[in-house]
Amino acid sequence: MVIKMIATAAFYLFSIILLLSALRVITASNAVHSVLFLILAFFNAAGLFVLLGAEFVAMILVIVYVGAVAVLFLFVVMMLDVDFQSLRQNAKSYIGGGLVFGGVMLLELITLYFAWADVQPTLVAEAAVVSDITNTEQIGQVLYTDYVYAFQLAGLILLVAMIGAIVLTHRRRADVRRQKVADQVYVKREDVLEIKEVKTGQGIS
Amino acid sequence: MMDISTLHYLAVAAMLFTIGVFGIFLNRRNVIVILMSIELMLLAVNINFVTFSSALNDITGQVFTMFILTVAAAEAAIGLAILVVFFRKKGAIGVEDLSSMKG
Repeated sequence: MVIKMIATAAFYLFSIILLLSALRVITASNAVHSVLFLILAFFNAAGLFVLLGAEFVAMILVIVYVGAVAVLFLFVVMMLDVDFQSLRQNAKSYIGGGLVFGGVMLLELITLYFAWADVQPTLVAEAAVVSDITNTEQIGQVLYTDYVYAFQLAGLILLVAMIGAIVLTHRRRADVRRQKVADQVYVKREDVLEIKEVKTGQGIS
Repeated sequence: MMDISTLHYLAVAAMLFTIGVFGIFLNRRNVIVILMSIELMLLAVNINFVTFSSALNDITGQVFTMFILTVAAAEAAIGLAILVVFFRKKGAIGVEDLSSMKG
């Protein structure tokens, strides 16, 4: 009973902080604050995943999103010297359309879920996983067998994204002298060395 | 109130997705916040997948979540790289400036 109460309290804590920080992400006037609230939102979503019994995905979420994606956002926001205040002007005029669009979408989603719960009452009831292997082991058993091609494809997508990002942001700067390894390797003796006969008592002219 | 069912998680995910959509409307001049809103929407989709995975006792949902994470990371990296290059060229990142890319 007490454990159930703690789980309930944890659910409400995580989801309320998640939604509030998501709201701050889209309303904060400073983009750095947006990124920091995004990190908070990801942490709380990871907490929700732990409550659902998906520990591995929760940890991946913290590592990949907080450790990589959010820090990437932070770098870009801090590197680009952008006047975010000017980007927010007449943002208020968009609130009406956004509220209508978002409200319709939220109503539809909630209607859909309650209809689904009516159709599938037995499936929702018991979510207890009766298994003696861990969540991580379960994912590993499926990921590297049934979904091995999708797994390889995901790796390919990451490779293409990495090469793309490097090619896009790399620039040749004219004012920086770079080492040219190929030129150094292909240099011949005649190019750099000259043998002169030096007569005694005279210098080289 | 005391029992947390699948519907509770689905409602949180729906609200999070709606916040993401609303964020695109609210910040339609700021590309960086639009990218963050897309991340929020992908997070809501992930919560949906994990919830159904847990409710249906099927691990496939969690496997799919990891593929979504991969695509989201790749998308963020490419999007931010394009943004950095554009800022170097034009010195601004407004959405209306981006239309000059003609792509």
